[in-house]
Amino acid sequence: MIRDTTIGAKLWITAVWVVVGFFIVNLLAMIATVIISSFGTRWLGTWLPAGWTTKWYFTAWAEFQLSDVLIVTFQIVFTVVALSGLLGVTAAYALARRDFPGKKLIMLLFLLPLLVPPITFGIPLATVLYQAGVGGTFWGVVLANLVPTVPFVILVMIPFIEQIDPKVEAAARVFGAGTFRLFLHVLMPMLLPGILASLLLVLVRTVAMFELTFLTAGPTSQTLVVALYYSVFASGVRAVQSIDAMAVVYMVTTLVWLLIALRFVNPTQIVARAKQQQSAA
Amino acid sequence: MAVSSPPVYDRLSLRQRLALRGIDGVTILVLPAVLFLLAVFVYPFIYGLILSFTPKEGGIFANYQKFFSDPFLYDTILTTLWLAVPVTVISIALALPIAFRVRLMTRQRLLTTILVLPVTLGTVLVAEGLLNYLGPQGWFSRTLMLLGMIDRPLKLTNNYWGVFSSLIITGFPFTFLLTLSYVTGIDPALEQAAATHGAKSWQRFRFVLLPLLIPGLAIAFCLSFVQAFAVFPSAVLLGAPAGPTRVISIAAYQAAFEQYDYSMASAIAMIMAAVQLAIVVAILAIRNLFYRGSTAGGKG
Repeated sequence: MIRDTTIGAKLWITAVWVVVGFFIVNLLAMIATVIISSFGTRWLGTWLPAGWTTKWYFTAWAEFQLSDVLIVTFQIVFTVVALSGLLGVTAAYALARRDFPGKKLIMLLFLLPLLVPPITFGIPLATVLYQAGVGGTFWGVVLANLVPTVPFVILVMIPFIEQIDPKVEAAARVFGAGTFRLFLHVLMPMLLPGILASLLLVLVRTVAMFELTFLTAGPTSQTLVVALYYSVFASGVRAVQSIDAMAVVYMVTTLVWLLIALRFVNPTQIVARAKQQQSAA
Repeated sequence: MAVSSPPVYDRLSLRQRLALRGIDGVTILVLPAVLFLLAVFVYPFIYGLILSFTPKEGGIFANYQKFFSDPFLYDTILTTLWLAVPVTVISIALALPIAFRVRLMTRQRLLTTILVLPVTLGTVLVAEGLLNYLGPQGWFSRTLMLLGMIDRPLKLTNNYWGVFSSLIITGFPFTFLLTLSYVTGIDPALEQAAATHGAKSWQRFRFVLLPLLIPGLAIAFCLSFVQAFAVFPSAVLLGAPAGPTRVISIAAYQAAFEQYDYSMASAIAMIMAAVQLAIVVAILAIRNLFYRGSTAGGKG
């Protein structure tokens, strides 16, 4: 490592860390405000609320029908996770093992839904889904959410599959394993860490996916984040603390899965998925 | 090859010939995902494009004419750019020096975990948090007043700055983590070699590291810009959606779900995609003017 010892360099380093510190302090303070407000009785014009209470959680639970919303959220999220795993892993296997004409075009097809922001393709997609009669239903939301998650699983899984020596599969074949047994007893155990990591990331992303769910959800297919949006949008109707309590419920639901996911992946992977795939190829 | 295919080749069955080109039972596994994306990604896009040329009334281009003749509509492009471009430039400008410091850290994980929080929590929660935090009674104004920097609370919500700060809070970590992955991809030996030859830190950055980073930074810029350009929930919740932060996605949403003019909404979505594409193509074209080479060290 190279050490810079001039005064200018030291000042520069300090400035860099001050910026980082400022950002993190603001970020954490913002999150803390939400949590404190959700436990406070009355909070007007002071540093901290006048008193502490947990009643807003009960109010929010009843007012926003959070138990229904949570059930719908997890139904949608787990369906999305299962389907994107199924579609994604099989496609990733083919792409990792075979070189065929048009592969570049197919890779582009899988890259685009990750690069184009959801709101851009969400509006035409919602139009088509509503015309097909699935808009506003459970399956409409699932279909819309699968658009970015299937390519995501594929791009995360390709390097994972590529690093498994094809000779292992050939050996299993020689010993008489059929395709199904090959998959179940040879490939699955080796791919499990990768599948788990990619599906956990899909889970976190789907819980937090606002735009696509918002554009395609009906009254009975709202996920937590969309319900949160509507309650903030209509703030003034309900107590701020009650909305904050709901925001905390949302935070906990997301962060639990994030913490589990972070045991298997590096935080940079959540953002830099395409890059990772390039470096492994 | 000039020589025609060997005779053996002709006697192979179709199946074997396909297998030789890499198409067999395994390749077929890619089909479900491809068909799915063709149906729910490519088809809606083409459908939307065609729909945008079949307006409720008027000629083929009526929607586009309407968009570019109504300042309430075409101004949304400028409004969105006025948010997205500064946010992206600031994010990159901050992310680059910070990534250079963080790269030297041995324990980056705590920092990257904190930074991945806003990306994971999403824009809706950040908007809701900032409404409290930046509001007139919030801690931000309160701290500045305590420090004596201002005497009245700053107005930071329901205007441009609310959306701006929410975009920085979600956009900067995204840009940073992306930049960090590029910066750590550069072999440290290259910088050490430059240092051995007497290059000062600025020279090492300017003549060794920056040229290697330009391609990665261009990609990071494109991705961050595209994300910021599609700002939607925070522009509604934290901004002034009727005025200064009426971004293009709000216009598209209103056309689709408030006026039920799907044709117009598709036209706006296509214009949004076109603007994003134009900026991305421009950035990538600029990138091609610079050196592109291996970020790995060693001979060669």
